[in-house]
Amino acid sequence: MQTDMDDKNILDAATEGEYKYGFVTDIDTHVIPKGLDEDVIRYISSIKGEPEWLLDFRLKAYRHWLTMKMPDWAHLDIPPIDFNAISYYAAPKKKEGLKSMDDVDPELRKTFDKLGISLEEQMRLSGVAVDAVMDSVSVKTTYKERLAELGVIFCSISEAVRDYPDLVKKYLGTVVPYTDNFYAALNSAVFSDGSFVYIPKGVRCPMELSTYFRINAADTGQFERTLIVADDDAYVSYLEGCTAPMRDENQLHAAIVEIVVEDRAMVKYSTVQNWYPGDKDGKGGIYNFVTKRGLCRGDFSKLSWTQVETGSAITWKYPSCVLAGDNSVGEFYSVALTNNYQQADTGTKMIHIGKNSRSTIVSKGISAGHSQNSYRGLVRVAKQAANCRNYTQCDSLLLSDTSGAHTFPYIDVRNDSSVVEHEATTSKINEDQIFYCNQRGIPTEDAIGLIVNGYAKEVLTKLPMEFAVEAQKLLQVSLEGSIG
Amino acid sequence: MTAMLEIKDLHAQIEGKEILKGIDLTVNEGEVHAIMGPNGSGKSTLASVLAGNPAFAVTGGSVTFNGKDLLAMSPEDRSHEGLFLSFQYPVEIPGVSMVNFMRAAVNEKRKYYHQEPLSASEFLKLMREKRAIVELDNKLASRSVNEGFSGGEKKRNEIFQMAMLQPKLSILDETDSGLDIDALRTVAGGVNKLKTDKNATIVITHYQRLLDYIKPDFVHVLYKGRIVKTGGPELALVLEDKGYDWIKQEFEDSKG
Amino acid sequence: MSSIKQYIDLYNEFGPRINTASHEVLNAMRPAALASLNECRMPSKGDENYEISDLDAIYSPDYGVNIDRLDVAVDTEEPFRCDVPNLSTILFYASNDIYHDNQLASSQLPKGVVVASMRSAEVDEVVKRYYGKVAPIDNPQVALNTLLAQDGMLVYVPAGTVVEKPIQLVNLSRAASPMMTNRRMLIVVEDMAQVKMLVCDHTQSGDVDLLNTQVIEVVVGKGATFDFYDLEEASAGTHRVSSMWVRQAADSNVLINGITLMNGTTRNDYHIEIDGERAETQLLGMAIASGSQHVDNHTYIGHNVGYCRSNELFKYVLDDDAVGAFAGKILVAPGSPRTEAYQSNRNICASGNAKMFTKPQLEIYTDDVKCGHGATVGQLDQDAMFYMQTRGISCREARTLLMQAFMSDIIDGVRLDALKDRLRHLVEKRFAGTLAQCRSCTVAQVCHTKIKKK
Repeated sequence: MQTDMDDKNILDAATEGEYKYGFVTDIDTHVIPKGLDEDVIRYISSIKGEPEWLLDFRLKAYRHWLTMKMPDWAHLDIPPIDFNAISYYAAPKKKEGLKSMDDVDPELRKTFDKLGISLEEQMRLSGVAVDAVMDSVSVKTTYKERLAELGVIFCSISEAVRDYPDLVKKYLGTVVPYTDNFYAALNSAVFSDGSFVYIPKGVRCPMELSTYFRINAADTGQFERTLIVADDDAYVSYLEGCTAPMRDENQLHAAIVEIVVEDRAMVKYSTVQNWYPGDKDGKGGIYNFVTKRGLCRGDFSKLSWTQVETGSAITWKYPSCVLAGDNSVGEFYSVALTNNYQQADTGTKMIHIGKNSRSTIVSKGISAGHSQNSYRGLVRVAKQAANCRNYTQCDSLLLSDTSGAHTFPYIDVRNDSSVVEHEATTSKINEDQIFYCNQRGIPTEDAIGLIVNGYAKEVLTKLPMEFAVEAQKLLQVSLEGSIG
Repeated sequence: MTAMLEIKDLHAQIEGKEILKGIDLTVNEGEVHAIMGPNGSGKSTLASVLAGNPAFAVTGGSVTFNGKDLLAMSPEDRSHEGLFLSFQYPVEIPGVSMVNFMRAAVNEKRKYYHQEPLSASEFLKLMREKRAIVELDNKLASRSVNEGFSGGEKKRNEIFQMAMLQPKLSILDETDSGLDIDALRTVAGGVNKLKTDKNATIVITHYQRLLDYIKPDFVHVLYKGRIVKTGGPELALVLEDKGYDWIKQEFEDSKG
Repeated sequence: MSSIKQYIDLYNEFGPRINTASHEVLNAMRPAALASLNECRMPSKGDENYEISDLDAIYSPDYGVNIDRLDVAVDTEEPFRCDVPNLSTILFYASNDIYHDNQLASSQLPKGVVVASMRSAEVDEVVKRYYGKVAPIDNPQVALNTLLAQDGMLVYVPAGTVVEKPIQLVNLSRAASPMMTNRRMLIVVEDMAQVKMLVCDHTQSGDVDLLNTQVIEVVVGKGATFDFYDLEEASAGTHRVSSMWVRQAADSNVLINGITLMNGTTRNDYHIEIDGERAETQLLGMAIASGSQHVDNHTYIGHNVGYCRSNELFKYVLDDDAVGAFAGKILVAPGSPRTEAYQSNRNICASGNAKMFTKPQLEIYTDDVKCGHGATVGQLDQDAMFYMQTRGISCREARTLLMQAFMSDIIDGVRLDALKDRLRHLVEKRFAGTLAQCRSCTVAQVCHTKIKKK
């Protein structure tokens, strides 16, 4: 009855207050001055001791970025961003040679304890290997030794550049080139750290790999970059969580996730995104402008994205699958909840190139308060991609008459043997359901929490267990105060 | 002895249309009342209004429940105070498991009475115990609320919830509609098992059939928003035999 | 800007001559149109909402413009007298963009109803009141049409008047060399009035390149009913850029059905603003495209107030190298409770080279709504095909039957039995490849020789 215990916790947690991850950790941080030019990029590259080719990559990206404009096609109202008012590198100051957990700054460890991901705990109990990225630098990666026995590489991308330069060079920028979009170019120029995962041929990674991201320092941007490669017949499930302190200013998070999936390999990527969403009046919060894309290069490869998006003031994010391999499979399961003055424009792209490739999209949007919540998705079937299938279901639930729910699917089919289906519904929360709960003694706010979690269940069940519980709590907590 | 439920001159409307036009009804502990009447006479409206369905507006009269003003309470407080409505059309709530739903309900009630919430194991024990009363399958209990349930399963599920919440007053709104005879027996058996001399039941039905299984002490006939006739169990048999036309006739004559 | 420039130059050089042969109300709008054009560019491929239609390229060639209003001889008797009985309409026609008054037809109209060229003096007041008031001048297509249009057709149905017989307008295009025509319609259906209209586009000039631009403005009054069937049977060289702008008052009922049976390159915009409560809108459309035909329908339904219902359905069958696009947006404005809006787009790609692009969109700012949309791109049901073949029906025949069945709900939406029969017949012939064999349909023969199966 594991689920029941967890469900109980959810109900308990629902009575707790607002954004509970909004603490600031008081640790010594190394922040470089605000602003961006080639010198800053050279500086970032040099403190990380990077090889010449990576500096070149960064500089090319930067020069390209200078020619680009912020994208304006999303259904978002983005205030102008002064990219010179951001510091592009912030790291907890490093003590020489971290040997064990004891060497990690105690304050930093407290932070992760508050996040509920005590490293020891994770190591000991759940078998989750955690790579924690604080601001921009990967702090400590647990479980590395056990993984190493299997040949699994799980480390920060900085370490990977140092220790596995050939692998990184082979894959970096191959799925998301620096020319891809404005934020991808910026990230390519200034990315500071992130995770690197390589699963060798035939290896089924025995544990969930997990990264926790946290923005701590003020006036900094976070630009992490994650690269996951699953070689032939490999399998990995990867989790990503995020939090940030409550601050009145907006902070920028522009990450890139690149995934390469080879023949018959499978990658499952789960995100619970809970960046600080701003306060009740829309002040503060993270701008979450993220490019996530996987290339299902191999035949029979599979990539599954699951995301629960409750945080960030503005979200601009489209985890995508390029289904290049024959019989490859792409999945996207999403719950996006917006409250107060949050804005989200999120969805996916499924690009069918391989024959018999299949994709499934399930998107559940929930809009409360004065928020705007948009699904935007592209399904493209190339001419040579015979016998492809796509099914898209995207539902929107409105909890207030001042919020908005929008659906912008793009369907582009170029052959006569593929079937693409898109269905969408938008409706307000069902009053009969609320009354039924009321009659059984459940107050309206709790009833809405139950109904919303039920509505999102199809997606939540795709998450690994520990994450599903957290996600359910988040949905409930994020809705608090939304019912007038 | 004060009455458990005392309804005086209750008027209610939906979307501006008056449905209840002055209901008077008193229910005491240990009693079973049947409310019968032709379609559209206001039977289900009465049940909805007592449970506090916001779709209906009360425009006059009073309802006292165990000495308290029922109409001033929120639907959930009415539930906590011991009023239970078995819905004519139980609502489906996709994705919400019966277990979660019922635990929320039971623990909210306990909170209302300043009791500690039940532990998971206590709760599951309670579930098991009550399930047996209406022979509700364990599988149904782990499914989403009413989703994919057959008509009979939905009604059994209603009585199961009644058993879980142990109400003082249960209102069974057309609980027999759409049930085959076996399901009817099970559901009625469940209701009878839960009956004590401390609680009371209002059975709303169109047919006499259910009253073979749940014996009423009083039978009321509701017509055009008023109770136009009250009698003992024999009245139900007369109605079964002669239909409602003579009641309508009597009513129209008395008006004339 | 590139394609617009030649038209601005044309206007700057020949403005006075354009005005001479036109109505003062139309002339009065031209400076505003010019100002708007100086500010904008024609959308090109890849712009949002122009994913497949490159208007800039469509407007770029050097077309002739008949600014001196020389009448072109067209055969007005033969076309559209197909072998479908019982379709009795009040028939008007326009040759290129010259609208002909028809005394015989006008005599059949109820008292007060006007169907006439905008140049005729009797319609002055209505034209003045409504011309250019519904279509937005900042839209480049509308601005360019407004800059150059020299005539238009006015349909005026006064309050409470019911026009029983459908009004039919046949647009005939004919030119010996590449030519641009700028057509304009203004339809005013006053409170409680009712009218049904059928507008048919035909080409009589083989493979000459034609650019037909069209702007239709419609005002539908309180409690009024307006049915509009927009049928295109044009040649492969025809480029049609049409936009229809409708404003609906309370309790009104509008049905629009856009049908592309044969065409070259078509871009239709249907833009409906619902301004009054309890109004109902049906927007239907179908496209059957083969060869290298190109059909792009772009729709917008704005629920600006509550308690209204709209239903939208577009279906496409694409064969050979045909390209189809559908973009539909439903917007539910803040404070529009009890809105019901459904949108659906179903498509069949019948060949490996056909392409379909669809973008159904919902933008909703009110919570008390029931809205949904769906889009599919697929093929004919292979099980049904096989089943029919086992019963001895040829593959070709089975295909035709299934495609017809696929289109049937669009045809069923026609609120005029005779027209329903007629459309069913035309669609049947279109699928059977015999549209051209109807002896009277001289127009279609042109199409047939142009669009051959590969």
